[in-house]
Amino acid sequence: MTLKVTRRQFFKLGAVGMATSSMAMMGFAPEPAVASIRHFKLTGAKITRSNCTYCSVGCGVLLYSRGDGAINSIDNIYHVEGDPDHPVSRGSLCPKGAGLLDYIQSESRLKYPQVREPGTHEWKRISWDEALTRIARHMKDDRDANFVDQDAEGNTINQWTTTGMLAASASTNETAYLSQKIARSLGMVVLDNQARV
Amino acid sequence: MAGLAPTFGRGAMTNHWVDIRNADLILVMGGNAAEAHPVGFRWVMEAKEHNDARLVVVDPRFNRTAAVADYYAEIRTGTDIAFLGGLISYLIETDQIHHEYVRAYTDASLIVREEFGFEDGLFTGYDAENGEYDKETWQYEYSDEGHALRDDTLQHPRCVFQLMRAHFSRYTLDVVSSVCGTPRDKIQHVWDMVAATVVDDKTMTILYALGWTQHSIGSQIIRTAAMLQLLLGNMGMRGGGVNALRGHSNIQGLTDLGLLSDLLPGYMTLPEADEQDYEAYILDRSRPDLLPGEVSYWRYYERFHVSLMKAWFGDAATEANNWCYDWLPKLSETLYDVIHTFERMSHGEITGYICQGFNPLAAFPHKAKTSAALSRLKYLVVIDPLRTETAEFWKNHGEFNDVNTAEIDTEVFRLPTTCFAEEDGTIVNSSRWLQWFWAAAPPPGEALPDTAILAGIFLRIQQMYRNEGGAFSDALLNLSWPYRYPAEPSPNELAREYNGWALEDVYDEQRNLVCRAGEQVEDFGMLRADGSTASGCWIFAGCWTDEGNQMIRRDNSDPYGVGQTLGWAWSWPANRRILYNRASARPDGTPWSERKAVVWWNGNRWVGNDVPDFPVESAPTVAQGPFIMNQTGRGQFFARDRMVEGPFPEHYEPFETPIANNPMHPSNPLAKNNPGARVFEQDRANFGSFEEFPYAATTYRLTEHFHYWTMHNRLNAIAQPEKFVEIGESLANELGIAKGDRVRVSSKRGYIEAVAVVTKRIRPLQVAGRTVHQIGIPLHWGYLGETKRAHLTNTLTPSVGDANTQTPEFKSFLVRVDKL
Repeated sequence: MTLKVTRRQFFKLGAVGMATSSMAMMGFAPEPAVASIRHFKLTGAKITRSNCTYCSVGCGVLLYSRGDGAINSIDNIYHVEGDPDHPVSRGSLCPKGAGLLDYIQSESRLKYPQVREPGTHEWKRISWDEALTRIARHMKDDRDANFVDQDAEGNTINQWTTTGMLAASASTNETAYLSQKIARSLGMVVLDNQARV
Repeated sequence: MAGLAPTFGRGAMTNHWVDIRNADLILVMGGNAAEAHPVGFRWVMEAKEHNDARLVVVDPRFNRTAAVADYYAEIRTGTDIAFLGGLISYLIETDQIHHEYVRAYTDASLIVREEFGFEDGLFTGYDAENGEYDKETWQYEYSDEGHALRDDTLQHPRCVFQLMRAHFSRYTLDVVSSVCGTPRDKIQHVWDMVAATVVDDKTMTILYALGWTQHSIGSQIIRTAAMLQLLLGNMGMRGGGVNALRGHSNIQGLTDLGLLSDLLPGYMTLPEADEQDYEAYILDRSRPDLLPGEVSYWRYYERFHVSLMKAWFGDAATEANNWCYDWLPKLSETLYDVIHTFERMSHGEITGYICQGFNPLAAFPHKAKTSAALSRLKYLVVIDPLRTETAEFWKNHGEFNDVNTAEIDTEVFRLPTTCFAEEDGTIVNSSRWLQWFWAAAPPPGEALPDTAILAGIFLRIQQMYRNEGGAFSDALLNLSWPYRYPAEPSPNELAREYNGWALEDVYDEQRNLVCRAGEQVEDFGMLRADGSTASGCWIFAGCWTDEGNQMIRRDNSDPYGVGQTLGWAWSWPANRRILYNRASARPDGTPWSERKAVVWWNGNRWVGNDVPDFPVESAPTVAQGPFIMNQTGRGQFFARDRMVEGPFPEHYEPFETPIANNPMHPSNPLAKNNPGARVFEQDRANFGSFEEFPYAATTYRLTEHFHYWTMHNRLNAIAQPEKFVEIGESLANELGIAKGDRVRVSSKRGYIEAVAVVTKRIRPLQVAGRTVHQIGIPLHWGYLGETKRAHLTNTLTPSVGDANTQTPEFKSFLVRVDKL
């Protein structure tokens, strides 16, 4: 049997005549007072180095998350602050950087692959496999129908101009490099990013 | 960027954020760093407080940067070439140029072909029918050896210096004032402040951003600034430079990696359709020196190209098949830029479109055209962490997005991806620093990293080709895919690949082993054209060597006390922090000034507080120029054929101008707007006139928001909850608009509604005898997220771009304003 006793109940128990000292001896210790010590909210947090995702200053940020990386625990970022060691930002963040947590946790974050079928009014959740397979099928069909291996002058051009791609200005170099490598191997030339805009 | 590369050799910020503190004068034009790059801007304040620097702002609005400036001058949007061109003329005519620097480090002394000329706004070779130039005459005069002729006295009537002098002599103080609308005394004051930095121990830095690029003459505005800095000897110096403050966290990286229609990684270029011969393709890009003995580093183009092909196609790329040259797509158009693409899309010429973290419905000009174009797609794939207007372009949002959903037959996929906090990798900041970061938590729901999504699609396509055959598939079936988990290439593997490695032992010219087979290359000097090395992006070579990942470095020490922190992260190229830093020393190798020293010659090699952007053993007596990517080794006042609309910058009016003609060329309609710009017919029909839309409008960012993302964040929504426009007090009085009234702002292409902020910070200007009012329109807010629902600003903007880059003219267009 476990009996939870708050401090207040404990003193009440004492008031009705029981010997509180013997209660304690029997193992009914009161829980710590809520007002006693409140732990610093970042105690035990995992700190991860990152960089702000907005403008090109590249301010250093520290992401504080809870969770120990174990299989059954899910890390959750609950605090973001400037990295004081960063030589450019020295711990500062602007109003955008200071709001990064709200971006990470935004209600508008997408969680599942979805499709909007032609002419319909709503999104429909689909599996990753269905999404990627259907997209690959569209791309292959279009590529097979419109790929140009030679132009009218007989030049070998191996060019695909009817599917295009816009790459993301906030994606990593690693993503960007893979995008470039894949796009050109498909013969894609309609390829751009925000640098143009 | 297209203005910097033809002048200095590379299209990137020349100095870096912390170095701004070393400046004596900071000129902010075409940007508003205090608002858009607030934390980087602290280094401007540092310069003011600890280096006794002055800050000058020239902008249509008295903005947040102006609020802390020592001097502010108003200017009409889109007239910066006139302002700076006049300054160049003033410096030359009053002999306030850095003579020794100009003579030794620029092309001022080179002689231009006799046939070259400029008349009433047009350079030689203009074809009015096609709106294009034949650039044949835009060249130096060459000797039989292919070297440019020169006159070091700068007196030859056709030397670049004299031609430049004549070209800008038309930009007198009165003319500049009339074009820009800036009062004469303010122009003179700014010019004098700038001229004072011509001395050896003073430097000016120029900070600009999208306020210069987003014009139909944007690249030439930047070139004018670059030329100014060469005249003053401010390039390669501490606290100098032309500093392009890029807009997004990794725009620099995406450009470095060549994610533009015509580029390959490391600023290499795709072949054009008629470049069928591999050797000719290489020869055309292996630019030889145009002055004897210059570095002209692009001469090694083939090393970088072959290494890229080895990284992509592995063993399939052999000398016998020209390293798979035929597999590369060839270009039939100069650019397949976004304006071009949405024009084609609006005619039904595009089947599918993939938007990876990009929101064209909100971000591209002329929303109605964008929306109609997207509606003609068969399929659209949106890969994004957030809901975007683009993914839901088919949804009716009342007056904000009034579409007929049932009639839109586009199949739209929306794929959730990780945001920065949920992935490992690097981004390149404006200072060219590659900084590595780590994932802190898993993404929400089933979201996946972009690399897994791209691999997932690609591997499925590959499998379909294996099963079914189809169009040309050699390239996609042979794409090198050495990843441990093929369905999700890891950031580590990809970073090691763009750095590159040796496939066989690599030797130098003396047969010394420099890199063993299997080792990561240490720098791009190790790359070879014989297939013995692989590197996915030559300018990043050195970021992940056999010593490990250099991008994670975290030593912020600054032993020279000048702000270089060479041990923090890794900077391309070769960890150099200030580009062209050889120019910080005199031709004899001693610094122009101890205060400004970066690198110097110690008798045996170049040393200093930065990695020399120069061959370290090239003695001053050899006299190689500091701009090592340029064929002349020098900074280029004369762009030759590298710019679309001319080798010298000239002022042309925005395509929607608030005045009747170009005051520089009032009687030549061909020179009213940029003669080299490309305008599609339907876009031209959608230009408004100043009679109907009398006010000049410009768009910009606010510090509390980032484009259309932060309206999804509660904190930012609280800070700036509702769309507004800024209207000057005198115009507001004229129109009977009071602070807080709701107004409708209309252009030829549509309208938006917003709250009016009536302000003293925008003043009417006197331009060519007419009063011009300017309207300020922040680009933020939309109808999704947590802010108040609003129209997208790009409902208003015109679909026309810079002649070189096709960056849309978001900064100068015409509107009318009505009180609601």
